[in-house]
Amino acid sequence: MLSDKDRIFTNLYGWESFSLKAAQKRGDWDNTKAILKKGREGIIEEMKASGLRGRGGAGFPTGLKWSFMPKKGDGRPHYLVINADESEPGTCKDRDILRNDPHKLIEGALIAGFAMGAHCAYIYVRGEFYNESSNLWKAIHEAYDAGLLGKNAAGSGWDFDIIVHRGAGAYICGEETALIESIEGKKGQPRNKPPFPAMAGLYSCPTTVNNVETIAVVPTILRRGGAWFAGLGNDEKNAGTKLFCISGHVENPCNVEEEMGIPLRDLIEKHAGGVRGGWDNLLAIIPGGSSTPMLAKDVCDSVRMDFDSLREVGTGLGTAGVIVMDKSTDIIEAIARLSHFYMHESCGQCTPCREGTGWIYRIMKRMVAGNASVDEIDQLFEITKEIEGKTICALGDAAAWPVQGLIKNFRHEMEHRILKYRKNAA
Amino acid sequence: MKKPFDLHADYQPEDFEFNKKFKKPVKEAIERYPAGRQQSAVMPLLDLAQRQVAVEGAAANPLYGGWIPRAAMDHIAEILDMQKVKVYEVVSFYSMYNTAPVGKYLIQFCSTTPCWLRGSDAIIKAVIEHLGVGVGETTNDGKFTLMEVECLGACVNAPMVQINDDYYEDLTPDNMREVLNSLAEDLKPTIGSQTGRSASMPCSGPTCLEKQAKKAKVV
Repeated sequence: MLSDKDRIFTNLYGWESFSLKAAQKRGDWDNTKAILKKGREGIIEEMKASGLRGRGGAGFPTGLKWSFMPKKGDGRPHYLVINADESEPGTCKDRDILRNDPHKLIEGALIAGFAMGAHCAYIYVRGEFYNESSNLWKAIHEAYDAGLLGKNAAGSGWDFDIIVHRGAGAYICGEETALIESIEGKKGQPRNKPPFPAMAGLYSCPTTVNNVETIAVVPTILRRGGAWFAGLGNDEKNAGTKLFCISGHVENPCNVEEEMGIPLRDLIEKHAGGVRGGWDNLLAIIPGGSSTPMLAKDVCDSVRMDFDSLREVGTGLGTAGVIVMDKSTDIIEAIARLSHFYMHESCGQCTPCREGTGWIYRIMKRMVAGNASVDEIDQLFEITKEIEGKTICALGDAAAWPVQGLIKNFRHEMEHRILKYRKNAA
Repeated sequence: MKKPFDLHADYQPEDFEFNKKFKKPVKEAIERYPAGRQQSAVMPLLDLAQRQVAVEGAAANPLYGGWIPRAAMDHIAEILDMQKVKVYEVVSFYSMYNTAPVGKYLIQFCSTTPCWLRGSDAIIKAVIEHLGVGVGETTNDGKFTLMEVECLGACVNAPMVQINDDYYEDLTPDNMREVLNSLAEDLKPTIGSQTGRSASMPCSGPTCLEKQAKKAKVV
């Protein structure tokens, strides 16, 4: 369990103002110049030592990612792009950073930008977060007025600008290359890789895309040291603290910062008041946002919430959006609604995803009623396999996995529903 | 993600221009992006056009909220030196651009799994009964349009709806009706949680940040 002295986001719930003055009292912007004095290499090494892995879902080591940016310039500007297009069902953690602790993100952007040779960062905020992006703009203006951004930012000798770009309602723009397309003023359709953004990203310039939470924890890590962060969590590959979002059938849904690797049951019982009706009333949990396959109760009893523990049980930490479902849940409909989500959000570029997400949803809809044949469960599984890994981006995989998780854990329920429907029809 | 829209409909105005109040933010938006990359400003400009339409209203449909007429898309194409079709493409791709008139208050309710688990069905039922319109419809007085959307990213405060720029969270059928009654009179209901909890903390009180909680008097 994380103790209060190790929490990074001390204004997560917005009890204090998000303003610069209040943020400085909380320790933000304290001698940022000294952090930048460590130099590009020094900062990247410290980040590597911290063991921080990307908080947007994929979990790629952050220090390593930064090191991919070209060391020597060829005349093209470098860009830092921050992904605040938070749209994964079950996830609402970045929202709290944007509205209640934006200076952590802004200071982190300066440090990360410096470490990758960028003089400019774009923060892509999902369009629906209007009030959140307003807070962020206000905080950025405060930072400019205080000399913390702009020319010679924070007295470091490094010039740095931050620009907020609002999205307009497209889940796919959370995919890094779709996000870049969107900033360029186009439809948000993912690009083929390679080239990777570090070689040719925004405006064909070297670009690194990082999640909001990843960037917002950077200043604290560099102040307290990589070793401090690495000392928290389950092991060196699953280190530090993490924001968890606990939604669904719990007594007190909430966001909370906890230690990486906290047992799932402890997380829910300590912070969310437990499963509605008690732990034994639990049916299943989606552990890391809608894209991650669900876990049946017996796995939930003991699993730890970190990248590798969850991978071992066939799912993932994703965004750490924990969706809890008790025994009253129509589990087939719960997943059918996610299938609808992916059908709606498919960008239409790759045929397997564009067509397949529609097929999945239409079959799932019949599965909810039971108006299907048992063979179609296998057919449904087959379709998910024809989408998974066969598209430019991971949205196709994300549409496939929840349905695969359903079939793996609740095939009996689907069969039962079909037989019941037939019995009623007869 | 395809969204058909009618560029030749009767409600399409002949002309559109940014008015005095909006010209400045338009200029600022373009200047945010590198020289020669003005196409990047297409999204902020579309948003501004939608906001201007919401403010100005129109003779044809007096109570309408924000939407983007074809003339505005063409005007933006001209400003940014883009092909018109490239602007239409962007408008049809993103769900927040309204391509036909909507009510003054656009209610977007979330029915994705986390909201559904917390009872979004009951909220939408209450809204439909209270307003007497279905999903995708506008009330006769032009005040409310009801729309179903996908996850809005406030899952620990479910169920929730977005009305214009604001989120209303921790909804019950009763407090949902109260919000609608306030808006019907053009009052400003409290935004965010309707049960008074601060942001995303547990509704029974905080489980961490003891010192800060005491200072903020939330315990």
